[in-house]
Amino acid sequence: MPALCLCFDVHEAYRLRRYTVFDIGQSSVYEDDDRNCDSLMAVARMCYLPMNELLLGLVRRYKKAFKCAFAISGTALDQFEQYAPEVIDGFKALAATGSVEFVAGTSAHSLAFLYSREEFDRQVSAHSARLKAVFGKKPLSFRNAEYVYNNELALALQKSGFKAVLAEGADHVLGWRSPNYLYQAPDASRPCLLLRNAPLSEDVSINFSCREWPEWPLTAEKFTSWCRRASDDADIINLFWDYHAFGARHAKETGIVDFMAALPAALLEDRRFRFITPSEAAQKIDPRGLMDVPGFTSWKDRERDLTMWLGNDMQKDAIHALYAFGPRVRDTGDPVLLHDYERLQAADHFYNMSTKWFTGYLSDRPNPFGNPYDAYITFMNVLADFEMRLVAAEKTAKHPAPRKKGAGKPRVRSKKSGD
Amino acid sequence: MRILMLGWEFPPHISGGLGTACYGMTQALAKMGAEITFVLPRVKGGGGHDFLRLASASGTPITGEAASRIFLAGQDVWRESVRFLELDSPIFPYGTPEAYAEAVRWLRRAPNREYGEGGQPAGHSFTYDIQGGYGPDLMSEVRRYSRLTAALALKESFDVIHAHDWMTYLAGMLIKALTGRPLVAHIHATEFDRCGENINVQVAGMERAGLMAADRVVAVSHLTGRLVVERYGVPRDKVVVVHNAVARHEVERNYVVPPRIRHEKRVLFLGRITFQKGPEYFMEAARLVLKRLPNVRFFMAGSGDMLPKLIRRAGQLRIGSRFHFAGFLRGEEVDHMFALSDLYVMPSVSEPFGITPLEAILYDVPVLLSRQSGVSEVLKNALKADFWDIRDMADKICAVLRYPCLAAELVKNCRQELKSIRWENVAGQLMAIYRDACSRT
Repeated sequence: MPALCLCFDVHEAYRLRRYTVFDIGQSSVYEDDDRNCDSLMAVARMCYLPMNELLLGLVRRYKKAFKCAFAISGTALDQFEQYAPEVIDGFKALAATGSVEFVAGTSAHSLAFLYSREEFDRQVSAHSARLKAVFGKKPLSFRNAEYVYNNELALALQKSGFKAVLAEGADHVLGWRSPNYLYQAPDASRPCLLLRNAPLSEDVSINFSCREWPEWPLTAEKFTSWCRRASDDADIINLFWDYHAFGARHAKETGIVDFMAALPAALLEDRRFRFITPSEAAQKIDPRGLMDVPGFTSWKDRERDLTMWLGNDMQKDAIHALYAFGPRVRDTGDPVLLHDYERLQAADHFYNMSTKWFTGYLSDRPNPFGNPYDAYITFMNVLADFEMRLVAAEKTAKHPAPRKKGAGKPRVRSKKSGD
Repeated sequence: MRILMLGWEFPPHISGGLGTACYGMTQALAKMGAEITFVLPRVKGGGGHDFLRLASASGTPITGEAASRIFLAGQDVWRESVRFLELDSPIFPYGTPEAYAEAVRWLRRAPNREYGEGGQPAGHSFTYDIQGGYGPDLMSEVRRYSRLTAALALKESFDVIHAHDWMTYLAGMLIKALTGRPLVAHIHATEFDRCGENINVQVAGMERAGLMAADRVVAVSHLTGRLVVERYGVPRDKVVVVHNAVARHEVERNYVVPPRIRHEKRVLFLGRITFQKGPEYFMEAARLVLKRLPNVRFFMAGSGDMLPKLIRRAGQLRIGSRFHFAGFLRGEEVDHMFALSDLYVMPSVSEPFGITPLEAILYDVPVLLSRQSGVSEVLKNALKADFWDIRDMADKICAVLRYPCLAAELVKNCRQELKSIRWENVAGQLMAIYRDACSRT
């Protein structure tokens, strides 16, 4: 009796404005407020508001039989609060039904785990606390930004007490195995590993509106028949979707919303299927084996690795420069600096610097600069201004602690409790 | 395929990008088995190319019979398409009011230069002498070129006429009228690119007539293609876009960066110093960059009517010690200049194509292009800015000079792109166009 685990990925990026070398030291407004606002309002109208209402209706209609999960990034929550609070109300209403789980993540939608464990831990606990405050329940499962995952991440999450972690069912780690079972990481009994069924997920999130796709048009019945075909060999089918797919990437006119409206009925008609949330799955389903993921995987691109964020030297240069500031920023304790520092860590900034032109962008998440070079130039200019502010903050600190050698390496510093 | 190609420039008789493009194109066409006769206004000392025949229009004898045929055909061409005054005009492209005044003085000194009277007897026939280049008397040179070339064409056999830019369109039309062979008009730059809105009506008229009379119009970029459709009303389906390319000569010499300049960064502008190329935007951007990064040198190579104005401006801005005028560079000097540069900037106001950025990439120099250029259509991995946005331009110059990994990434990806920008591909497209034009007539 296979379970279906639906998780909607909700993320909004803060776009930087075209910040030039002449702004350095003059202006510390980095973000393009108008554009961020316009873009969020548009997506809220096309996707968030109608979809939240639809899902609320589905949850109510099918009582406890229909469940789903949301992984909402910290930057998305910030934008909802800033520009469209009614979207949060919609999520709160879903939370109140008790059939919807909220999945934790990093508050900045960052790749901090790769560069600074201290920063990562701080962001995870901050985001978990925020989700608890907003939706009333401590999150028990975790999804890293862009589903970036490896063995070490599981180990780190075990210490934080998470029950489940969501990751990509990448072919190169699965080999002959199926993503439709629960797995465990080699050295961690918890959390359980939920691997995305990539083909089924992307048939909806990517292929749905593509008329050249041989399976077009996709209906709820056809999708159900595919799930049924997979179910002979399955405990759980994990469908992780970018929420944007419903209304923003595929316009309402393509029938994507109707597809979603019809899907629970089509699936529940077959008595063998049931819906489940990630933490519930970790409780009720037994892991079938170990999944060794030594290298990082992600849910982007054909390679399902980190090359979309860290594929070229510009990206590496930018991210190393950024994380080198970490200890110094935390030492100042300046809330404005800390806030800006977190915003700069969003994975999107590095994604925009990717030179993998042809596999990169989807229509609903275009590169705001149009090309990777302008993205890099802008980011480095911003970082230069940020460094100036950091130096100024260090000077004005009341008791400037003399800097110790080796302080540039984040790992050697003692861990602080989540601030 | 036998091609009668009409051009105004060809190495070593060269003034700009037009000659370079013709060279690369004909070389690749010859490799594909095309027999090319290239008619220049004047050939000094042979030329020495083995893949085509360079013919000189200047000095071609015009027999009495040919003259009357040309005259009759010319009447039709004149009446139907070209309506310009049969007068010596001192107007020429790339001109300024000062240059115009100079040309008027020159014409007054030599008053009787009407058609026929300038002819020199040569046996039973007569001929003209033309200088080539872009002298003050360009308009009458263009007319003489058309008659001489027509006389030359009457003795040749060929399948198709390929004319480069407006200077040769008149000849192309005349030859088409005389021989009935199809005419392919290649447009490398329009009058609107050279002069903005202050066009020379005569030149524009000739450009339009040539494009309308041609069986096929080859534009060097979508930018230019759109321009001729919108400005001249050329039927859209007649226009084919064939992007220029760059000859794959590997860098012959390695130029060692002298130790004394190793700590400096060098930014290069290379092109005619005229309105079209936007040199003043380069200088204004340089001023902004020097405020941020003191250790940079700017080089402006080329000559043109705006040079005195820019030299004055450099003094006014007090950046003369960091902004250098290299003059017009030739051959190896150009290579040397590229090799020592850290960034090449092309801030053109309107650039139909622009081959120099491709040459810069051959020397591993990253490029910053104006968005108003045809070459930006083929180079995705170049930095781009609007020519008027000097802050954006300066920002990008600073970034390339400050972040080595940006420069390296740009060069790496551009070189990759350059592999598909080959004259061989251009020649293939042109051959298809020739065949198509021949099958229609």
